[in-house]
Amino acid sequence: MKTSLKIAILVAALSTPLSALAHKAWLQPSATVLSSDEWITVDAAVSNDLFFFNHVPLRAEALSVTAPDGSPVEPANVHTGKLRTVFDLQLTQPGTWRLAVINQGLFASWEENGQMRRWRGNAGTFASEVPATAAKLQVTESVGRIETYVTAGNPDTRVFAVSGKGIELQPITHPNDLFEGEEASFRLLLDGKPASGLEVEVVRGATRYRNHQEEIRVTTDAEGVFRVTWPAPGMYWLETSHQDDKASVPQASSRRASYVLTLEVLPQ
Amino acid sequence: MRKLLAALLLAAPVLANAADLQLTVEVPRLDVAEYHRPYVAVWIETAEGQVVGDIAHWYQQPGKGSEDGTKWLKDLRQWWRRSGRSQQFPVDGVSGATKPAGKHRISVSDAKPPLAGLAAGDYRLMVEAVREVGGRELLSLDFSWPATGPVHAQVQGEHELGLITLDITP
Repeated sequence: MKTSLKIAILVAALSTPLSALAHKAWLQPSATVLSSDEWITVDAAVSNDLFFFNHVPLRAEALSVTAPDGSPVEPANVHTGKLRTVFDLQLTQPGTWRLAVINQGLFASWEENGQMRRWRGNAGTFASEVPATAAKLQVTESVGRIETYVTAGNPDTRVFAVSGKGIELQPITHPNDLFEGEEASFRLLLDGKPASGLEVEVVRGATRYRNHQEEIRVTTDAEGVFRVTWPAPGMYWLETSHQDDKASVPQASSRRASYVLTLEVLPQ
Repeated sequence: MRKLLAALLLAAPVLANAADLQLTVEVPRLDVAEYHRPYVAVWIETAEGQVVGDIAHWYQQPGKGSEDGTKWLKDLRQWWRRSGRSQQFPVDGVSGATKPAGKHRISVSDAKPPLAGLAAGDYRLMVEAVREVGGRELLSLDFSWPATGPVHAQVQGEHELGLITLDITP
């Protein structure tokens, strides 16, 4: 494969909101509510349909699993195929675990010999890899989180410690206590502060088996809170993003923060 | 003899502590290719849905060659959400093995929790059953505590539970 194509795919996989608006990135756990220290298996992919593998895998390197006590845990049996990454995880501690793919970096595009060039990296490699005088140089900083939560035993909230970077979730309703017909509410933070006015798209899985996306769109209020009443049981995909000029590196003119969450809603 | 037996059976609830709860939970006989005994949770909650206490959990107990069924307790999902997930298993005097098809009697003493010290009010007996490679069913029976006269309530399950009865003889 040509390097440029490889990079294009990588960029698509890493920065869904930036370059591949139609594609959805997600983690899909085999179970979200467990009653013992069982194993789960998790798919990580970028696709058009939820939750089917029809585009590219999510990169395994950016995977981050956090145990209820806040400690990082290495997932087991990580495999990246053509269409998905898969890994296993044993819930050795009771409580709520966070599974995340966190992408932080710089994206640059410029023109060279009449061709558009794209680059992805970080502030450290920027100077040596991106020509400073490039024509039409555009640099964007990106912080993206793709998350899901699973609970063994009683749900708790220790794993929701705030990092203060990008968009993060704070539970009001616990993400592993969701039932059909009930209203759930969550708070979104941007750089650790309530993020108001964020539009959140909510889509139930199994889109292949219906004619319409049936997406729900809600907006966070002044306290960063959004509410969803689940119309049916199933796996749900939630996505929001935000763009501003608050980049933390001087090379970047804009900053993009995105957040994706997979939630399971159980029948009554 | 038959009359005597009938008289003894009738007398049985009276011989028990006056205001005990007498329950029967029927596990139905099902004609299915692959049958596993259901997991069952029986508990009492307030009319507002606050759990007062668990009466029984029937699930596969760990033993020689058998897996610890705790793994599947979350499939009793309303009980798991309201009560199960905050407990450690097995629970003494509550957790027990799965039961075969038939009517199973449970006597709940008013001298022990959750009945001992139970505030006067309206309550619900809840029975939830789930079967491996089968279905799930949740039934409830309303009752008031303490009972001022004899109480009999019953509900007939349709899928994973048979007849559930509740009797109080003050």
